[in-house]
Amino acid sequence: MSTTRPEVALFVTCLVDLFRPVVGFAAVELLEQAGCTVSVPEAQTCCGQPAFNSGDRVDAKTVAAQVIDAFEGFDYIVVPSGSCAGMLSKHYPELFEDDPAMADRARDFARRTYELMAFLVDVRGMTGLDAAYNGNVTYHDSCSGLRELGVKQQPRQLLASVEGLTLIELPGAERCCGFGGTFCVKYPDISNNMVGDKTTDIEKTGADTVLAGDLGCLMNMAGKLTRTGSSIRARHVAEVLAGMTDDPAIGEGQPE
Amino acid sequence: MKTTTRQFKDNARTALADTGLQSALDKMETGFVVNRANAAARLPEFEALRDQGRDIKNHTLEHLDFYLETFEANVQKAGGHVHWAATPEDARQIILDICRSVDAKTVTKGKSMIAEEIGLNEFLEENDIAPIETDLGEYIIQLRNEPPSHIIAPAIHVLKEQVADAFHEAHTDLDPGRSLEEPQALLDEARAILRQKYLDADVGITGANFLIAETGSSVIVTNEGNGDLTQTLPKIHIAVASLEKVVPTLEDASALLRLLARSATGQEFSSYTTFSTGPRRPEDPDGPEQYHVVLLDNGRADLLGTEVREVLRCIRCGACMNHCPVYGAVGGHAYGWVYPGPIGSVLTPTLIGVEEARHLPNASTFCGRCEAVCPMRIPLPKLMRHYREKAHEEKLTPAAERAGLGLWAFAARRPGLYRWAAGLVIRVLGALGRRRGRFASLPFASGWTRYRDLPAPQGQTFQQQWAARNGRRGRGA
Amino acid sequence: MSSGRDAILARVRKSLARGPVDDGTRAELQARLSGHPRGIIPARSNRDHGAQVDLFVEMAEAVAATVDRVASPDGVPDAVGDYLAQHNLGADIRMAPDDWLESIDWTQRPTLAVTKGPSAGKDEVSVTAAFSAVAETGTLLLHSGPSSPTTLNFLPDNHVVVLRSSQVVGAYEDAWDQLRAAGAMPRAVNFITGPSRTGDIEQTIMLGAHGPRRLHIILVDDG
Ligand code: SF4
Repeated sequence: MSTTRPEVALFVTCLVDLFRPVVGFAAVELLEQAGCTVSVPEAQTCCGQPAFNSGDRVDAKTVAAQVIDAFEGFDYIVVPSGSCAGMLSKHYPELFEDDPAMADRARDFARRTYELMAFLVDVRGMTGLDAAYNGNVTYHDSCSGLRELGVKQQPRQLLASVEGLTLIELPGAERCCGFGGTFCVKYPDISNNMVGDKTTDIEKTGADTVLAGDLGCLMNMAGKLTRTGSSIRARHVAEVLAGMTDDPAIGEGQPE
Repeated sequence: MKTTTRQFKDNARTALADTGLQSALDKMETGFVVNRANAAARLPEFEALRDQGRDIKNHTLEHLDFYLETFEANVQKAGGHVHWAATPEDARQIILDICRSVDAKTVTKGKSMIAEEIGLNEFLEENDIAPIETDLGEYIIQLRNEPPSHIIAPAIHVLKEQVADAFHEAHTDLDPGRSLEEPQALLDEARAILRQKYLDADVGITGANFLIAETGSSVIVTNEGNGDLTQTLPKIHIAVASLEKVVPTLEDASALLRLLARSATGQEFSSYTTFSTGPRRPEDPDGPEQYHVVLLDNGRADLLGTEVREVLRCIRCGACMNHCPVYGAVGGHAYGWVYPGPIGSVLTPTLIGVEEARHLPNASTFCGRCEAVCPMRIPLPKLMRHYREKAHEEKLTPAAERAGLGLWAFAARRPGLYRWAAGLVIRVLGALGRRRGRFASLPFASGWTRYRDLPAPQGQTFQQQWAARNGRRGRGA
Repeated sequence: MSSGRDAILARVRKSLARGPVDDGTRAELQARLSGHPRGIIPARSNRDHGAQVDLFVEMAEAVAATVDRVASPDGVPDAVGDYLAQHNLGADIRMAPDDWLESIDWTQRPTLAVTKGPSAGKDEVSVTAAFSAVAETGTLLLHSGPSSPTTLNFLPDNHVVVLRSSQVVGAYEDAWDQLRAAGAMPRAVNFITGPSRTGDIEQTIMLGAHGPRRLHIILVDDG
């Protein structure tokens, strides 16, 4: 593992900030285990995807410029979401392509930005960690992380070191779960068909837990699982890796 | 062709409720998808071939005028004719005139998406010429009087029982009691019926997968051999193709052919790839007496100058739709016009208008699987996003969506306000949802909760907890 | 429709933000056409000739063609006769009027009833030669001409192709070079890879859609 102690800024993502703070704390924990000093810039809101994917380039640029400002000066920006990390590292440079004042900054920002799993394994050389989780888990590869950033083997490598955990591969793991940001509310019928196929596949694995690296997909799958009465739990992969699984799973009620 | 693209949402709902269609679509993941992956894995050069394919097409498009003129000159040198059609109307009229010149009563047709695009069949019928589709899938949907639902597997949505019904209804000369339960019986019947049609037809019309500038050849790729019978037996062969089908040389075509079948069906090569150059030669024992190429523009020349020009690299392999989860959910007819799936979501707004096709570029999760498999490396999600931007700029998006987006942007630009408002809402939702851990319905989130629960937030935002637990520290404070 | 033509070309140039290609570019593009550079050739077929022939056989069989290897042209009539017998086919064959095929002594198998010329759709079996064969994908290359009617490749239910092993090349590009050397582009060049097939009924592959139900290759070893 790398020996210098880099300054890492956590880009929390709005879904984690709002719905599942434990993922943020798990990310901080993992980054510290990987020898990083972690900060959380206060002036962060959202990566701008809702605007960008709705065709509102102007607002997307405004938000992007703000994010780039807020994360100035850190060695790395790390994101516990492939989708937001993809926005930051692939699409920000695209947004500012024709803007000479910002283009270089956006590219430099993009170069420093990593999805959490990719950062731990590819940049920090983490090969395993000290965690335990009792159960059979399956893993869904979220689309942006997989196809924009090549996140595939990194979470599996880390999960392999978790004591008590058995990974059962999910057939069709590379197929979209139907979340797609605003897609799932704009085209609910289609989205439902997609997530239904996904949760059926998950059930067929016999796993008791489904993990993924994106909270959006997880909320979608968890929401469908609980709606159909399934007892399969859904968690962000960071929670398991950081040993933070005391909180109820996504969409699971509090014990009385 | 009539479009129902505007009703995409309704079309989709109908498709989702169609259990036969759903079972047909489910087969794609185990068929096309697996086969393509295996074919790509068997060829170590596959990814490099994709780069090369992209470059060949880019080079051609950059000099499209030169290559089209060269193609034309070489067709003429081989004794053929080239007709330039700016619009679908022009193309239809040119074809009709050729048919009338030999008093054609029936024409056989090989599969051609361009013929669909220009609405050729209806037009020929109106003019008392019977078009007969010869690709088995096209023949089936012609009998069922519906458009193709996939660009390489036009009848992918039809179950074999439905094929049997269509055959019983159409082939009235045959014994009504015959069994058509087995797919082989269906195939044999179609083969026998169409065999006579090939021999009787006055004109054969095919599409073209490629046009080759160097030789003036049109190329068709089929597995059935129907295209070859269509273009070999009648007196006249007409190939209809859009401008961007041209490539410079036989080597360039070969390079693209290495990608086509592997991407489309996962085959190493299709059964028949035929290069046609001019009419039969004086010493030839068979082949058509006349050879015509109709070159269709229909907006493509203008498209070349826009941000979506990369779509002109498309070789119509269908891989993007085979891998598209939205196509996999709703099938091809929901898209409402000729080209379904991701390629349709980009081409349709281009060819029939951004407003008419507004839904298509929006009905994508941007999962990126299409781009990941597109042999020509067309950035389909990026091009769809382009049309979302256009719709946004032209204020074609629904008012509610715009209002929501405005509110979001207002907050997202103001971190302080955002933190405060988010903290408040999340605290309320967290308290309401804590015990069950989820909401089965929420007034402002019905799009979500109609089909799935909304997991409840944990109660405080990360930012609130971080501030409380650690104090603001480090440079991020 | 020359007005259509000129208008279309003008629109193309407008989109490319230029006039007709300048002389320098034209010369470069002409040179590319006449030089027809090769791109990436899959390494798969880069092997000695004997191994290319083996690869051809392997790839052709993988797409449901059948291959019968015979040691000399003298073995061809029996190979054809045996094939007919094996599939319960009649003795009539429609043969391409090809010099090399005609040089074979067909009377060695007296039961064969050989007629020559194109097909009008009534023939059960055709026998043709090939121009070359591409090992890369097990693909036969046939082209139209006085000795090779195209109808023989598509109308009969059984297509028997007599190929000499010396005609096997590695990649498509090798075949193009040979074809260019042989003269002008023929009216039809058919790449044939296995028999006719379709997956149009419920994505189930079936052989014999419109073209031949069977493709049989008699491979004559000639070094
Ligand atoms: S866009 Fe790409 S994947 Fe889709 S049909 Fe065209 S070439 Fe094939």
